[in-house]
Amino acid sequence: MSFVDPPQAALPDVVRPSSRVRATLSFLRHHPQAVVGAIILLAFVFIAIFGPYLAPYGEREQVGPLFGTPSSAHPLGLDDGGIDMLSLLIYGARVTLIVGFAGAVVAMLVGGTIGIVAGYFGGKIDNALMRMTDYFLVIPDLVLMIVIASIWGRSLRNIILIIGLIYWTFMARLIRSQVKVVRERAYVKRAQALGASHLRIIFKHVIPQIMPLLLAQTVLMVALAIFLETAISFLGLGDPSVTSWGKMIENAFSRSAISYGAWWAIVPPGIAVALVIMAFNMLGTAVEDSLNPRLKVSHLSRRHFRLRPLPDKEGRS
Amino acid sequence: MSETLLTIEDLVVQYRQGRKKVVKAVDGVSLTVAAGEFVALVGESGCGKTTTAQTAMRMVPATSGTIRYRDRDITNATQSEMRPIRRELQIIFQDPYESLDPRFRVKDIVAEPLEIHGLDNRDERVRAAMERAGLTPADLYLERYPHELSGGQRQRVSIAAALALEPTMLLADEPVSMLDVSVRAGILGLLNDLRTSGLGILMITHDLSTAAHFADRICVMYLGRIVEEGPAHEVIRNPQHPYTKALVSVVPQPDPEQSMQPEILQGETPNPADVPTGCRFHPRCPVATAACSSEDPPLRPAGSDGHRAACILV
Ligand SMILES: Nc1ncnc2c1ncn2[C@@H]1O[C@H](COP(=O)(O)OP(=O)(O)OP(=O)(O)O)[C@@H](O)[C@H]1O
Ligand code: SF4
Ligand SMILES: [Mg+2]
Repeated sequence: MSFVDPPQAALPDVVRPSSRVRATLSFLRHHPQAVVGAIILLAFVFIAIFGPYLAPYGEREQVGPLFGTPSSAHPLGLDDGGIDMLSLLIYGARVTLIVGFAGAVVAMLVGGTIGIVAGYFGGKIDNALMRMTDYFLVIPDLVLMIVIASIWGRSLRNIILIIGLIYWTFMARLIRSQVKVVRERAYVKRAQALGASHLRIIFKHVIPQIMPLLLAQTVLMVALAIFLETAISFLGLGDPSVTSWGKMIENAFSRSAISYGAWWAIVPPGIAVALVIMAFNMLGTAVEDSLNPRLKVSHLSRRHFRLRPLPDKEGRS
Repeated sequence: MSETLLTIEDLVVQYRQGRKKVVKAVDGVSLTVAAGEFVALVGESGCGKTTTAQTAMRMVPATSGTIRYRDRDITNATQSEMRPIRRELQIIFQDPYESLDPRFRVKDIVAEPLEIHGLDNRDERVRAAMERAGLTPADLYLERYPHELSGGQRQRVSIAAALALEPTMLLADEPVSMLDVSVRAGILGLLNDLRTSGLGILMITHDLSTAAHFADRICVMYLGRIVEEGPAHEVIRNPQHPYTKALVSVVPQPDPEQSMQPEILQGETPNPADVPTGCRFHPRCPVATAACSSEDPPLRPAGSDGHRAACILV
């Protein structure tokens, strides 16, 4: 009996690059909402980057009467200082998106690190970290926001930190539970048996495995972060020196835009926030949707391989 | 007699289950594996085979007993003291679908041990290990991901990775039980070739006929203990322990004259959290006597060449 299974016949042709492209295309075909979300986001990112060139008027330039009504020169009207609303909206995109991304990234880094450490090492480390997470979880967000803003002061950086501080717990728990699963995989055990260091195992085996989940969650978290930024600004805890959509809404309220009947000072930034949050959600859930089951089923489960007839088995049976 | 590589003496391993409960998964196991020797550890599911092997690798801490590799006591070795041992002693896992990182290419999987141990000439060593594991020509496999390979090929990659460090001994934990029947013989033959080239092999299996075919010696394990051990042909042709007899009786014999009446064991598969008094096999033993529920028989000589069995009838 020959002890070697014939390799040539058993191997499919390498189709990797084209199959990756095909996978992306099929993802987009099956998740049209991801396409819509991505288009909306790209538009806003474009506005955020090129805002100063796109805005018809300056950020602090008084161009007419306070709460001037929409006209052909000022399609979204003027605010309480006579500043062009369309221009403000365009300027605000940059701050809003930066705060959203940065807040989500802070939450991802803090929560991800704590989740990975707790999930990977388990035992006492896990208990201690999870107890700490629970403490943070029970502090009401509003209290945390007000306390931190009044201690650290109102700045863009502090808003980002507040957002990170409020959302990292969510990330930590999610990542921890995934890492606990990955830690038990035989390839992690194999690396341990070979004498690999914890750092090596975490960076080479654990993080790449949870990366898709981490990314999908970060995208979803940007939406939450933008929402939170709006809320923080609306409560008057925002950075006074910059324009964000939340700040615009807050401004309109505090300067009684409603009693002037100046709906245009409130509705456009509200719609912009809603649109961006919706877009991030569409994209995030689509990515999560397509990656999450794969994290559990595809290359990690033997069932998957049984479903697909392997060439050498086909050849034999 | 060639050098003894792995020596396990009176090994006890307890797992905690929940807060208070402890389970003795391994309860006083002793065995040795010498260079060029193929030892099979046979037993049904849950009897502690994997635990024994993983404790030998220091992946699970021993509760008591000693583990030696060559002359070094590694029972309480630190991770850094284990490093040189880990180059010599390699483990192959049961499930080739799970034991390879799906994000690594074959060449990176086989090179990983070399990276961990900081060895040079990785390309050459990777190729050499792959050829040795029967993955020829190596170029055909180097760039592939595990999911592009069949189960048998994956297990060969696993073996190639184990061989990359040029170890002196392999622990193979049910290396073929997850594989298609058609590729099992190939993998077992490969292990046999490695033994011939001087490696010591401890193979865990619950398939006595596989053990009979390839092993020099067989250790039969039941509920955390070795209940019979000896030269493979002795244990198969002349089993002494009632448990081994039952196992042997269900193995199809090539010669129908020799076939025994198949003896199907009654009772539930044993639970190490609830070990019976006396001989731990007595609730299922077809020839148990009254004394069996109080007396716990040790391994006693039962024939030539170190054939031993733990039964009061021996
Ligand atoms: N990490 C663990 N924690 C607690 N109990 C465990 C753990 N691993 C194994 N056990 C228990 O120890 C006993 C022996 O398990 P082990 O995996 O060594 O058996 P095995 O002989 O390899 O079985 P199988 O043939 O199913 O692989 C089992 O009862 C099992 O439930
Ligand atoms: S000691 Fe008694 S119960 Fe145990 S195997 Fe022998 S006969 Fe059976
Ligand atoms: Mg096992």
